[in-house]
Amino acid sequence: MTKHSATTSNYSRRDALRMVAIGGAVGIFAPNLLGKPAFARASAKPSGRIIVGLGQEPTVFNPLMAHIEVDDGVHFSVFDALFRIDPQGVIQPNLAVEVPNQKNGGISEDGLKWRIRLRDDVRWHDGKPFSAEDVKFTLELITNPNFRSWRTAGHALVRDITVVSPTEISWRMEEAFAPYLSFLTETFIVPKHILEKEANPNNAAFNQAPVGTGAFKWEKRVAGDHLELVANTEYFGDGPHIERLVFKYIPDLTVLYTQFKSGDIDLVGQPYITPDHYGEAKTLPNRVVTLLPRTSFESFYLNLERPQFRELAVREALYAAIDKESVIQGLYYGVPTPTETFMPRQSFFFNANLPLHQFDLNRAAKILDQAGWAKGADGIRAKNGVRLAFSNSTTSGDPLREQLQQFLQQTFAQLGVEMKISNLPAAVMWGEFWMQSQFDSVIVGSSYLIGADPDVTNRLHSRSIGAKGGRGSNNAQYANPEVDALLDKGARTFDPDARRAIYSRVQELVRRDLPFLPLYQSNSVEGLKKGINGFVPNGNTRTESWNALAWYWAS
Amino acid sequence: MSAFLLNRLFQSIVLLVIVSIIGFTVLNLMPGGPLAQFGLDPGMTQKDVERLAAQLGLNRPLWIQYLDWAWRLMQGDWGHSFRDGSSVLAVIGRHLLATLLLMGTSTALAIAAGTWIGIRGATQRYSLFDYCATVGAMVALSVPTFWFGLIGIYIFTLKLGWVPAGNMYTIGDGSVLDYLHHLILPSLVLSLVHVAIWSRYMRTATLDALSQDFVKTARAKGVSERRILLKHVIGNALLPMITLAGMQLPSILTGALVTETVFTWPGMGRLFLDSLGYSDYPVVMGLLIFSAIMVVLGNLITDIVIATVDPRIRLA
Repeated sequence: MTKHSATTSNYSRRDALRMVAIGGAVGIFAPNLLGKPAFARASAKPSGRIIVGLGQEPTVFNPLMAHIEVDDGVHFSVFDALFRIDPQGVIQPNLAVEVPNQKNGGISEDGLKWRIRLRDDVRWHDGKPFSAEDVKFTLELITNPNFRSWRTAGHALVRDITVVSPTEISWRMEEAFAPYLSFLTETFIVPKHILEKEANPNNAAFNQAPVGTGAFKWEKRVAGDHLELVANTEYFGDGPHIERLVFKYIPDLTVLYTQFKSGDIDLVGQPYITPDHYGEAKTLPNRVVTLLPRTSFESFYLNLERPQFRELAVREALYAAIDKESVIQGLYYGVPTPTETFMPRQSFFFNANLPLHQFDLNRAAKILDQAGWAKGADGIRAKNGVRLAFSNSTTSGDPLREQLQQFLQQTFAQLGVEMKISNLPAAVMWGEFWMQSQFDSVIVGSSYLIGADPDVTNRLHSRSIGAKGGRGSNNAQYANPEVDALLDKGARTFDPDARRAIYSRVQELVRRDLPFLPLYQSNSVEGLKKGINGFVPNGNTRTESWNALAWYWAS
Repeated sequence: MSAFLLNRLFQSIVLLVIVSIIGFTVLNLMPGGPLAQFGLDPGMTQKDVERLAAQLGLNRPLWIQYLDWAWRLMQGDWGHSFRDGSSVLAVIGRHLLATLLLMGTSTALAIAAGTWIGIRGATQRYSLFDYCATVGAMVALSVPTFWFGLIGIYIFTLKLGWVPAGNMYTIGDGSVLDYLHHLILPSLVLSLVHVAIWSRYMRTATLDALSQDFVKTARAKGVSERRILLKHVIGNALLPMITLAGMQLPSILTGALVTETVFTWPGMGRLFLDSLGYSDYPVVMGLLIFSAIMVVLGNLITDIVIATVDPRIRLA
């Protein structure tokens, strides 16, 4: 779980220093974080329009239904959740008036009883008042077996939801689950009065013309092209300041960048500017181009059930044989940042004291020699009849990753390791092949966290191995009893400092065991037109448009 | 004629059934599937993916899925998109107009320009114009359309600033002039390859007509070259072109994959590419059937038109 605040944040000096340090580029925009600064708010009427260019088309507008990252920009603008997470990973109230914790009594000492107090000044876009009934309806809809919900983890633990009053709701958790607060920052509340009338909520008209409580109202969608939102002038919070927010779909990334250059779009959203254009983008007149850390990581992911990878020595040797610096500088134009862990460096839970990777081919060879992996007649190392040969897959059509594969293939060959390249289309790659651990090794860019919560049970707990009937996506099939115990403890612990110790240790163990070889943490190359104010990147959400309500054009 | 139509209708239905079975099988046998996009989501568990598969009916045997789909199709229900839940016909409808506008314009351009270049090339055989037209057609046929698109954007948008970089219209404008402005570059680029094809066919057809006996007779009678061309040659040369135009019909309605992507044109071609990328089976199948119907219809219309304009042909 992350740090969370009540209506008035209560930061210690250490928290404040940490936030300043973490803030970096974000800090520059901090005054605009939750809306336009008071001095700039002379004219209350929203004006102007901002066009966000996206590489995928947003298509799922019911925020509770299974969707992908790119839909989040619309959800964050049209809907509100009980809480929001800010760029520092601090949970802030949104539809709730305070963030519940054990100190303010919102969460019981045993973590099982939750009580949320809600705002009384919120209205749906159709004018109907928002109430605790909507929250109850939302939480129940998510676990409705006939509804195509997105994630049910966490929500499935909720029992006995009680509407105490229109502005108060409580429930009981089947077991203490600290990450739930973070899950709720990505759970947008939908209107009961509209959806309860639908026989089949999966095909409801609402899904194509959503009604929310958010800062922007649904205007129209031109399928395959763009969708338009218009300012909700009755919004309870500060904002919105622009009259129209447009999400424009441009599937080709070169064309996306070209349209940013030509001025057709005002802001580049996911998947942002590609690294090969970074150098040029920085020199464009009247554009602001910045590198901003994401929560996703590129790693050389191993299937630990393959006999080649069972031995730690092999994983250590392969890691030592990766020339990360050359990869980052030579192939990725210096855009990403090397890392040793799965935790974002901007996170409160980031362990900065992990051993640093050193590229050393001689050391790699020595490790393998000592472990008894000797070269055979074909020049490939082997031990007990197992050749040190494997395939590596990634999504086909990704030229940078393909170059990385060729680079690694050559380096590994020098070590007496055979790596075959076997790439697949994305729609094939991330299906059963990935979920059921049918690969030898893959190069994958993935996130481990939901919101900013450090819980990684789904990725690293031994009961999360899908290929062995588990519930999660521990596709490396990693199993370490100490990590399991720590993750179980971490999910039951609400105190952030106690959790920090737990997840620091998890990172140490994972760095030692190397179920995946961490390559780098991604940075997005974000670009916007000069004159757009209030834009604050937030690595804890999946969208650049999480606070579009605060955006405005400099007059 | 009616027997011919009935026969063709029967053949068409058989063809559509075969196409649908092959399409459905191949699509569903591809590993991965529509839920693969959630594989990298840290919050989606294996159980979540299995639950969604069951809700979408993907865990049923393939033949049951096909029969269910085919039965619904026969009742006019083309299914619902896995991605956003809207009906397939509505999804197709939303993209059809954009494609019609782009493909219709570029085809009209191609036919007009290609006919003129072909006839002039044939009547001035081995002239400088003819050589230029031949070389130009070779280049247009050899170079991929997306390359012309990118070069066009680079020169006419980024360097000269004459036309927009793409899109169907300016968001917030959308006047007729604005549509036309946006239409210029993509329709010109898209028409290039069709101008090349059309002009080559037209040239050959015109040369063929010029060598016919009735042209020689007309010349012997002292009819002017202009009159021969207009009255005797063009009409006869255009006849084989009807087949070509008929073959164009499906593509006018199903779009151009690459050009629509380069020019961010929200048409059918891009819809097909996107739906394939997301393994949105109902939409892909809908588009497949739609294309097949268009091909069948295109051929049928061609046959009927040819029979109507050429009295030598009788349909039985």
